[in-house]
Amino acid sequence: MTTQLLIAGFGGQGVLFAGKFIAYKGLLEGRQLSWLPSYGPEMRGGTANCSVILSDDPVGSPIVANPDVLMAMNLPSLDKYENDVVSGGVIIVDSTLIERKVERDDVKVCYIPATKLAQQADMPKLANMIMVGKFIKETNAVSYEGITEALKKVIPARKAEMLDINLKAIEIGYNAE
Amino acid sequence: MSEKVLMKGNEAIAEAAIRAGCRHYFGYPITPQTELAAYMAKRMPKIGGVFLQAESEVAAINMVYGVAGTGLRVMTSSSSPGVSLKQEGISYIAGADLPALIVNVQRGGPGLGGIQPSQSDYFQATKGGGHGDYHLIVLAPSSVQEMADMTVLAFDLADKYRMPAMLLADGTMGQMMEPVVLPEPSTSTVEKPWAITGTKMQREHNCINSLYLQSGDLERTNFERFEKYKVIEENEALYEEFMMDDAEYCVVAFGIAARVSKNAVVAAREKGLKVGMIRPITLWPFPKKPLAAAADKVKGFVSVELSMGQMIEDVKLATECKKPVVLCNRAGGMIPSPEEVLASIEKMAGGNN
Repeated sequence: MTTQLLIAGFGGQGVLFAGKFIAYKGLLEGRQLSWLPSYGPEMRGGTANCSVILSDDPVGSPIVANPDVLMAMNLPSLDKYENDVVSGGVIIVDSTLIERKVERDDVKVCYIPATKLAQQADMPKLANMIMVGKFIKETNAVSYEGITEALKKVIPARKAEMLDINLKAIEIGYNAE
Repeated sequence: MSEKVLMKGNEAIAEAAIRAGCRHYFGYPITPQTELAAYMAKRMPKIGGVFLQAESEVAAINMVYGVAGTGLRVMTSSSSPGVSLKQEGISYIAGADLPALIVNVQRGGPGLGGIQPSQSDYFQATKGGGHGDYHLIVLAPSSVQEMADMTVLAFDLADKYRMPAMLLADGTMGQMMEPVVLPEPSTSTVEKPWAITGTKMQREHNCINSLYLQSGDLERTNFERFEKYKVIEENEALYEEFMMDDAEYCVVAFGIAARVSKNAVVAAREKGLKVGMIRPITLWPFPKKPLAAAADKVKGFVSVELSMGQMIEDVKLATECKKPVVLCNRAGGMIPSPEEVLASIEKMAGGNN
């Protein structure tokens, strides 16, 4: 099985980090994978996208043009990529930042107020990981079990105190309605 | 076997270079190879190595020239505009017959171009690049694993043949992360009796030089160097064949273009088209033999490139234009999609059947 995931938002939302976590989770599950960032020349702000491919076979092109799953973290991203998602695919929408509904009726759509949930839980920068939790729940592309080990791979030792709060964020997303 | 880790291509090159025994890195920052220099800046001081950000690319390549003369493993890295600036020094290194590694993580051009991936420095890399008659050994990785493995191979080949080698990657290969098993530390022990290491008053002076004012002497060095090149062309060409056994059409692509093309080949097979791919791994020496052999079997070739069509000339030469060769390309930082490659294949197949 192959899952092509596109995470799209603006710089600073943790788009690349979320992708890196999912990639590492796939690695620990013995999957083949690729992770490819795409961003402008800006250090901060601007658009930031991340293509992650998880597969049982060697990954060919690392570029995701037609995602199985789109994680839209802001309105421009949904506007830009909504029509690229494969029929029968999944679109996960941060409904705090994106007020409109998805127009397509041939995809599964999950609305989650990730940014609001992050603020309520006093972790305003972790809407990305709440989205990741939702992604795991809705797609089973990676398993919920073993997320701690994967987080340890992407959170450097000097920031070990961030581990628990990231775990919590994924849990919130995973258990959200 | 070591553990699989996730690394960016740029970081994998840096770590592999260190494991290959490289302790001298000279560079000047440029996107999209920045992570390579950053990795070296962090690691080299901790392992007794040298990381030096020079005042310019020209200075960096001449520092490489200097260290190469001492026989130590040395490298620089840059991206297209920066590699252009380094050409004078690369020509000197080639003229002085010194091993060194130059990494080009290509971006779109010409001029300052953009920061997105490209393969438009193919001519520059494979045909010399600077002035004078010379070649570099040019390796074109197409996965992060190959970024690491070919870094080691490039150092080994450079030492073996006493000439500079280039790793020709692109922005995608540099920026993407994939699982990689890092190479074991190198145990390569090539004797370098020519190196400038101090005579200790016990041997004759060695001389590293690319200046020969007597035309006859200069001609002799050129002929000798090209004798060496013949040996390399005979022995060191590397390539990968994919689904070529019964192929009627052959895609030729390297680096990121080969990754995209693989998807297209698989899609073409699903449609019943007998398509395969030859992926040059060394761009110089170019794998002429498998292409010449394919020219007797297939009906045509599709050269897939992130340029206006550069490798296609070598494909035509290797196949002696026995079969049509068409170009499927994007330029300026754009990457052809698998669908575009498939369309090129179908167009060629349609025109021939």
